[in-house]
Amino acid sequence: MSETSVDTQQAPAATGEDVVRKPTVIVDDVHITYRVYATGKAAHGEGRKLFKRSPNIRRLREVHAVRGVSFTAYEGEAIGVIGHNGSGKSTLLRAIAGLLPPAKGDIWSDSHPTLLGVNAAMVNELSGERNIILGGLALGLTPDEVAERYQSIVDFADIGNFIDLPMRTYSAGMQARLRFAIAASVSHRVLLVDEALAVGDKAFQQRSEERILQLRAEAGTVFLVSHSMSSVLETCGRALWIDHGLLKMDGPAADVVAAYEASV
Amino acid sequence: MTTAPPDSPTAQETARQWGLSHLGGRPPLRAYLTELWQRRHFALELARSRFRAKNEADRLGVGWIVLGPLINAAVYGVVFGVVLVSSARPDSYVPFLITGVFLFQFFAGSLADGARSIIANRGLVTTLHFPRAVLPFSVVYQQLLNQLWMVLALLLLVTTSGYFPTVNWLLVAPTLALMTLFNLGVAFVAARLTIHLRDIAQLIPFVTRMFFYLSGVFVSMPALLHGRPGWALQVAEANPIYNYITLMRVSLLGEKAVFAVPGHPDQFFPYDPVKTWLLAVAWGVGMLVVGFLFFWRAEDEYGRE
Repeated sequence: MSETSVDTQQAPAATGEDVVRKPTVIVDDVHITYRVYATGKAAHGEGRKLFKRSPNIRRLREVHAVRGVSFTAYEGEAIGVIGHNGSGKSTLLRAIAGLLPPAKGDIWSDSHPTLLGVNAAMVNELSGERNIILGGLALGLTPDEVAERYQSIVDFADIGNFIDLPMRTYSAGMQARLRFAIAASVSHRVLLVDEALAVGDKAFQQRSEERILQLRAEAGTVFLVSHSMSSVLETCGRALWIDHGLLKMDGPAADVVAAYEASV
Repeated sequence: MTTAPPDSPTAQETARQWGLSHLGGRPPLRAYLTELWQRRHFALELARSRFRAKNEADRLGVGWIVLGPLINAAVYGVVFGVVLVSSARPDSYVPFLITGVFLFQFFAGSLADGARSIIANRGLVTTLHFPRAVLPFSVVYQQLLNQLWMVLALLLLVTTSGYFPTVNWLLVAPTLALMTLFNLGVAFVAARLTIHLRDIAQLIPFVTRMFFYLSGVFVSMPALLHGRPGWALQVAEANPIYNYITLMRVSLLGEKAVFAVPGHPDQFFPYDPVKTWLLAVAWGVGMLVVGFLFFWRAEDEYGRE
């Protein structure tokens, strides 16, 4: 199933440098575990006894979310990451963003990838305006660069008069739009989009899909986690299917989506 | 053509060949400092925005920054100046007490907010990559902004109490600067400890309260410990918070007002300015270096959970 990616990677050796693709992200046998404070007993497992006082109460539980994933992403690729809820897609993306260190394995990248997720709050008690400035600075822009881009971010997010109000007064869709607009204002070498497109309305979804294609054209690499197969097919050429923390399939988006849909 | 994952045997070589850098883990110290410097605008803006947001909500705004500690000082003034009158109460009590309370607030605020700096910014930490040291730094900077307002009020209050500006007032600046370094170190340590053990956050109020009583905020330490073994005062004087409060008092009120024996305005406790300043520098620089290194060593753990 990984033959396709091997073909495309090795083919250039015969021809010339214009076909050689530069890898932007290499993920090599990555395992990710994270710790959670679990209250109560495990839902299943042989050690479960109803009336015995369980020693499991309030123990630190390790979740093995990603279990040995390897792949290489190249310049100009848009890669859809699909799989059922809890399969480890978002965890994998956070590791690629450098936010969650792998327990085992390595990740290399040519720049620090930027993660764009729905759950990520910015600073909710501050206005949209302050958040744009803060977000831009956090992404590494200088104050002048932020000022330059400010208006286009506001236009892209399309939140009108709410720009002066604290972000906690925004609807979920407005928050997601603003976050996307801020992150998309910078040309990222590697952009990781986690479900962000699902939140906005139709018009915004279209704008953001356009922006993703544009970023891809600027020789970046875009990862898109989505449950919307149509947006994966529209924006991505390649797809990864993650199943229970393992890479089940890696290949052209159309093939992977077809196989995934057949399995559900 | 193989069916094995395309790069697994040579992933590292491929990465090196294309100049890709390894992600995750703790960056080298020098790179970390460079990155921190690049995000300085972010740290300052975060502090300024929070400062503004916090004060816009209240009608009195910035006024509360000064009014809060002032009311606090008034309460202590009543308790320790009227109800529980101590023989260790200096004669010029009001400016003595207000200086102590205001400066203590700088420490207490940095400790409490520093401990929460990573947890309170989860949204930022889980989405954006930036050196996490930005967060404790920004918290202490916000506290410094508060403190500058307080110092302004302090200068006014001290003047109205009859202590007029002298050249020594210039020493307020280095005192605040050194205390800021110290508080930064404290915030770094507290931020990391809280990540490892949430329960630490519950203990902060007690730590603060303990230092409040040990730092001579409302009492003259030499007078309080008069007649005790000599080491007791030496231990008390080694306390950095007492040290900074003392420097601030001496700068504003003069050595005589601070170290006069209560009830005997012509007798004075000994005061060694050189030793006090050296200690202030050692605590400030030492705490910052230790705190920063301690914080940096766990850089890759702040995004977990």
